[in-house]
Amino acid sequence: MTPAWAQLGYLAAAVCFIVALKALSSPKTARRGNLIGAAGAVLACVITFLVSDINHLLPIVAAIAAGTAIGVLGAYRVQMTQMPQLVALFNGVGGGAAAIVAIIELTEFRAGPAPIIDLIATAFTIVVGSVSFAGSVVTFLKLQELMTTRPIVFGGYPIVYGLGLLAAVAFSVGLVLAPSMLFALLLAAIGAGLGVLLVLPVGGADVPIVISLLNAFTGLTVAASGYLLENILLLVAGTLVGSAGTLLTRLMANAMGRSVINILFGALKGGSTLGATTVSDRPVKSAGPADVAILLAYAQRVIIVPGYGLAVAQAQHTLRQLVDLLTERGVQVDYAIHPVAGRMPGHMNVLLAEAQVPYEQLKEMDEIDPEFKQADVALVVGANDVVNPAAETTPGAPIYGMPILHANQARQVVFMKRSMRPGFAGIENELLYEPTTTLLFGDAKDTMSKLLAELKALTV
Amino acid sequence: MTTEPIIWLTIFVLSVFVGLEVISKVSSTLHTPLMSGANAIHGVILIGAILVAGTAQSTPILVLGLIAVILASINMIGGFVVTDRMLIMFSRPHRALQKQGRRELEQ
Repeated sequence: MTPAWAQLGYLAAAVCFIVALKALSSPKTARRGNLIGAAGAVLACVITFLVSDINHLLPIVAAIAAGTAIGVLGAYRVQMTQMPQLVALFNGVGGGAAAIVAIIELTEFRAGPAPIIDLIATAFTIVVGSVSFAGSVVTFLKLQELMTTRPIVFGGYPIVYGLGLLAAVAFSVGLVLAPSMLFALLLAAIGAGLGVLLVLPVGGADVPIVISLLNAFTGLTVAASGYLLENILLLVAGTLVGSAGTLLTRLMANAMGRSVINILFGALKGGSTLGATTVSDRPVKSAGPADVAILLAYAQRVIIVPGYGLAVAQAQHTLRQLVDLLTERGVQVDYAIHPVAGRMPGHMNVLLAEAQVPYEQLKEMDEIDPEFKQADVALVVGANDVVNPAAETTPGAPIYGMPILHANQARQVVFMKRSMRPGFAGIENELLYEPTTTLLFGDAKDTMSKLLAELKALTV
Repeated sequence: MTTEPIIWLTIFVLSVFVGLEVISKVSSTLHTPLMSGANAIHGVILIGAILVAGTAQSTPILVLGLIAVILASINMIGGFVVTDRMLIMFSRPHRALQKQGRRELEQ
């Protein structure tokens, strides 16, 4: 029996987690909230060491040190642009850890007959933990573009998936009736397969939402292992993340105008590969930095649509200088931030905050979208899908239904692009071929520097 | 003893509602840090990993338990650190500026 003071300590840690989630919902308190959460987690671990009979102390401490080193190194070395992948990986290893804990707990049951609820919780943790682990690895591969970002569907997918689910249920029943290591390992393998299948049909642009969903899954496995280990804190913390994560997944999907069901299974209905191979050689209008500089310098109202390409090229600092110069000339400049610009909701805010762009210039979509009509120039830097009219005009396109920024309503649209390659969603952008659109080809940072130089020359 | 699962179920259900309630008013700007922070919180599975590794009776189980400990600490500690890195940029502009300056010097 855990002593009362330790129970109180666990309770304090649980309160820390609740306060942390609450504080993370507001910009002012977010950082403090995260630190409170970390304090709660450390407190919980210290209590565990103090009250439980822990053998093998040295290897365990070494393992924690190793995990800490890997985690901290990863967290510090990651580029802000690669943040979503890292969160996916961290989530995946958490799911994997929960599955392993459940498998080990199973060996303990051999001593005597286990209560049926415990065995159900074990089966659940193994399956869902493996789903989360394997699913997260696939999301990592997709975001890192180590595999195609397009939805992958094969003939008979629904049948394979259905069989996988049936097998998971069947072996779970098997595990409950006759607990054995064989069933546990089979369940882990089936769970991993289901995780891969779950993420394969999801298009690249939707992957962040799946990360959030898998995050909620991992939360639930942690809750189930809390029940297994008779640890209330694990139950509370896991459940909190499970329910908050589920809600967050819905909020994110809403921000993109998608439904979670559609994201997961939309590709199965077929048709979402529309536009895949239509990269045409239709004529486009391109211009040099000098022309674009003049266009910008004599505009009254410029709206910048930043995208992932801007951050990848690390051009956000040059862009800020450009904006400063334009503002000095009396041009009114704002940034139009699409909720899913970058790779995750809110990602672009993080990236631009890193480049010291004043918070007031970042306009959210609802606020800025009506103003494109009055804008002389919409400068689209490294963005594509978020201004793609196909989201409104082409039912069946992977991004159909996603709210977009109506950059096409500006008098002139300037696209800074590396090539004619389609955006992350893998579909072509009609806007590139509009008569009002000018393309400025080249690496965003390089072109941006040239543009800045031309603009300076005009100003002197 | 029969009432015990009921107590666990009660805690579970109440926690579900608390989880839904606390994040119901988050702005889309903070979706990414919030996901990352929640991700770090489920890293407390580390407690579970420590418990099973600490009571392991055989070497294979111990090894498996230690793997779980490593994975869980990556999740927990890496998760909190990376969330903090994101949030520094929101709340402390001048500090991020210094960092940026240093990085540009290094380049």
